[in-house]
Amino acid sequence: MTPLAGFLLVAALLFSIGLAGALTRRNAILVLIGIELMLNAANLNLIAFWRYGPHPELLTGMMFAIFSIAVAAAEAAVGLGLVISIHRHAHTTDLDQMNRMKG
Amino acid sequence: MSFVFYLLAALTVAGGLAAVLLKNTVHCALALTVAFAGLAFLYLNLDAQFAGFAQILVYIGAVAILVVFAILLTKGSETPKDGVFSKTWLAGLAVAAGVFAVLGWAVLQTAPMLPKATAAPAVTVGQIGNALVDRYVLPLEIVAVLLTVALIGAVIVAMHDKERTR
Repeated sequence: MTPLAGFLLVAALLFSIGLAGALTRRNAILVLIGIELMLNAANLNLIAFWRYGPHPELLTGMMFAIFSIAVAAAEAAVGLGLVISIHRHAHTTDLDQMNRMKG
Repeated sequence: MSFVFYLLAALTVAGGLAAVLLKNTVHCALALTVAFAGLAFLYLNLDAQFAGFAQILVYIGAVAILVVFAILLTKGSETPKDGVFSKTWLAGLAVAAGVFAVLGWAVLQTAPMLPKATAAPAVTVGQIGNALVDRYVLPLEIVAVLLTVALIGAVIVAMHDKERTR
């Protein structure tokens, strides 16, 4: 197995773990944690392809990963702000109890 | 495939699994930090020093702390009586397993065609900085605006609305 295949398999496993967490947990914060894991798995793919790709000196994959990290930070801030706002409104973060869109 | 890679991969996957499976939400956040650290070391193992240290600064330094703050502000550390998993957990697990099966199959099918190990690219932080203000200056500006908007938006969303207090 080439090193790249190993990194891709780890990223696939991490993505699936994050997806399972996002789909099965009840706490909204844990769902966000699952989404963060999925984003990180994608970043690992980008960096691995940058490292073993034909032109690493062009820095394309590295730049994509760095911008992705910045966007993920913005996503985490807004997502956790929304969770806090929902908790203040509904007094719960249990997603199974949030079954209406009207406030 | 070196021993270091297997060690780091095991650390990362174990952290991810613990972050998803543990009952106590604070323990989940700490396990998430372990997974982030394992990923940062994997980046260093891939000769991407800048991305590795950016990962440590942004994820362990900021995102994990934000998650812990959110858990404490929402009293999320109390384990609910009726389990931590949703009623439809079996369907979610099946979807995730299916996604992993497809991704793993695709990787293993293309594994013989993937490039072999190459010499480490000699990329300095100076080159990354030059690329950021030269070829990637427009995305950099857009990310700056996005971060500003996201931070102001997060503050406004989470701000206490005094007039509508019940």
